[in-house]
Amino acid sequence: DRNIAKVPADLQKLGALSPNALAALEAEKAPAKAEVADATTGDAARGGLVAAAYADEGGAGKNFGLGRVAMPEEIAAWDVDVRPDGTGLPDGSGNAFDGEEIFEENCASCHGSFAEGVDNWPKLAGGDGSLADEDPLKTVGSYWPYLSTVFDYVNRSMPFGNAQSLSADEVYAITAYILYSNDIIDDEFELSKETFLDVEMPNAGGFIVDDRAETEYTIWRTEPCMENCKDAQPEITMRATVLDVTPEEEGMEEDHAAAEAAPAQEAAAVEVAAAAEEAPAEEAPAEVAVAALDPAMVKAGEKVFKKCKACHQVGEGAKNRSGPHLNGVVGRAIGSIDGFKYSGTMADMGGEWTEEKLAEFLADPRGSVKGTRMAFAGLKKSDDIAAVTAYLKSFDP
Amino acid sequence: GPDPLITEVQGWASGLGDGVDATPYGLPIEYEADVVRRNVEWLTADTISSINFTPIHALDGTITPQGCAFERHHSGAIELRKEDYRLMINGLVDTPLVFSYADLERFPREQHVYFCECAANTGMEWAGSQLNGAQFTHGMIHNMEYTGVSLRTLLTEAGLDAAGDLKDKWVYVEGADASSNGRSIPMEKALDDCLVAFKANGEALRMEHGYPVRLVVPGWEGNMWVKWLRRIEVMDGPVESREETSKYTDTLEDGTSRKWTWVMDAKSVVTSPSPQSPIKHGHGPVVITGLAWSGHGKITRVDVSKDGGMTWETARLAKDGENKALTRFYLDTEWNGEDWLLQSRAMDETGYVQPTKEQLREVRGLNSIYHNNCIQTWHVKPNGEAENVEVS
Repeated sequence: DRNIAKVPADLQKLGALSPNALAALEAEKAPAKAEVADATTGDAARGGLVAAAYADEGGAGKNFGLGRVAMPEEIAAWDVDVRPDGTGLPDGSGNAFDGEEIFEENCASCHGSFAEGVDNWPKLAGGDGSLADEDPLKTVGSYWPYLSTVFDYVNRSMPFGNAQSLSADEVYAITAYILYSNDIIDDEFELSKETFLDVEMPNAGGFIVDDRAETEYTIWRTEPCMENCKDAQPEITMRATVLDVTPEEEGMEEDHAAAEAAPAQEAAAVEVAAAAEEAPAEEAPAEVAVAALDPAMVKAGEKVFKKCKACHQVGEGAKNRSGPHLNGVVGRAIGSIDGFKYSGTMADMGGEWTEEKLAEFLADPRGSVKGTRMAFAGLKKSDDIAAVTAYLKSFDP
Repeated sequence: GPDPLITEVQGWASGLGDGVDATPYGLPIEYEADVVRRNVEWLTADTISSINFTPIHALDGTITPQGCAFERHHSGAIELRKEDYRLMINGLVDTPLVFSYADLERFPREQHVYFCECAANTGMEWAGSQLNGAQFTHGMIHNMEYTGVSLRTLLTEAGLDAAGDLKDKWVYVEGADASSNGRSIPMEKALDDCLVAFKANGEALRMEHGYPVRLVVPGWEGNMWVKWLRRIEVMDGPVESREETSKYTDTLEDGTSRKWTWVMDAKSVVTSPSPQSPIKHGHGPVVITGLAWSGHGKITRVDVSKDGGMTWETARLAKDGENKALTRFYLDTEWNGEDWLLQSRAMDETGYVQPTKEQLREVRGLNSIYHNNCIQTWHVKPNGEAENVEVS
């Protein structure tokens, strides 16, 4: 079975393991372990600790009777990984035709409408046959060896910032759409548990198990040269400063006066609450308006904003990402950030973001602005909306 | 004339300083404000799924302070209270178990120092010299003293009789954050030296390093050191998750890719002088220093070359090499304004010698991204500045 992998025999050669680890454990296994409570009955779980179920073996490898039996519902909630042979796949199905709309709503803001990727976010389609090129394009189609990985990853880790929110049918449909975008299936192919292994991944045969022990270690485990190690005096062939892609180091060349000023700026940006409480008299005039905000509310809003952070930046140096930067968004003209590609609806809306309009939009983005590119389900609680609005107001335009 | 710092009474010598408790949990003095983690913005789409770098150019010794130890998140650093923490062990075990944080502290503890290196460390340098600073070329590494419970102890608690023959079994480890980062680890390694850690350098793990509990997989790539560890499943094969197929696999020149390249091979770098740590003191005595490490075990020797690898001299190890931990080396020497092409070359207890970039490229080509453990060259110029270069 190609899906049941053996531990590579050359692990020992890799030098990473103490050779007796397994043998020692086998020896430790108690010959007559007391019977353990049956987890599936739930009896032990209801009874609390499993301590009584274990005999005290003493010495190494003993049981301590700590923890409790995991209940079947708990295991079902967390054990959702899917393996190459399809083990772990849930019931359900989906096709690329349905998947297109679901992908557009949940994935396209980062991965593009055709899975071609936006900005630096991963491209999921294309790159066929490019792996040996100078600049390979690694996508689901060109690189991923197992379809299970696609389903598993979408199911557990996506969408970014709203993970584990998709139904099994939706995950099947999105997976099918990604396959369709890579010309692996047609748009009517119904992906399910039953059809899963019918899909052939183009690069399934493209991987080998780590062979450094043979191809590298044998060559490099030799006494190194100390004198006259090269035929000619070494010369510089390449310099990093020619490329000039190293980040500027803030603070590196600055004097200490600048460093001392920094905390005050930070206070204005993020720690509004702390600044207001600790040093009200010292606040600069420009910050008075900011201080009028309820610090607790701003703090709460900062937490809510985590849901937005995947696409929006706010604060000093904030830039447009998948979404426009949000400095001074309250009171800003709608669709007004230069260089950001708004949806047609948003660009043509007119008016400005009043608190009321923002609240309406945040409660139901796609309902209140038809066609918005913002792939976010919305904030259900009005408290969250008020808090995040306060947080956004704490940043100057 | 005489130094006024000596001849005149200074404020700090006559007035008073801060009292105790001025800072109940302290940060470095403001004059060290440049010793911070930094990221490279163009590397990733967003800081939430990104990496930053330890300021190794400005540190000495071997222990990395948690506050400046590099971070790598896939869905951001989460806030998870100890009270809300649960660790599940399930799969091919005799009894699937759930532990609370308090439960973990009741098992016998172990304490070890290990390095944690991202497989992508130095990954931007495959095609040529790119980033100008040891922090950026080699800073995806930290080295901490961990306290925790061995994974072996926890697996034994759940019982491995149900798993049968352990030789072809695996454990799948998974984090509690939204990325649900999960990796498959062969049972042999799981039972050997993996640690379920809750303290680092004596204090609780920082949020960005997986508070309250992370996995420590000594000598193996950092991605396997799952943070916010929430589940361990004993399995009869690997999951082949996203982080062990689409990522953390190494593409060779012919387009095939290596998988399961877990071990971090021996590597070293001169941390000073280096581009972010130029020589500022003029001619005469100078300390060349750096770090060496190996996922195979102990560092036994580090050689330093000032002429681009033509001649080498053996550096002094600050302490004997420790198993899968950073080793500090020093070369106490003189510099009189000459050009240096400064390199270091590590050897470990298996006899492995850190390769040159040419040697690596010959076997792997330019596109393997991960596991670049090549010898690094800094060009130290007559003015004391240093630059990341490649040499013939």
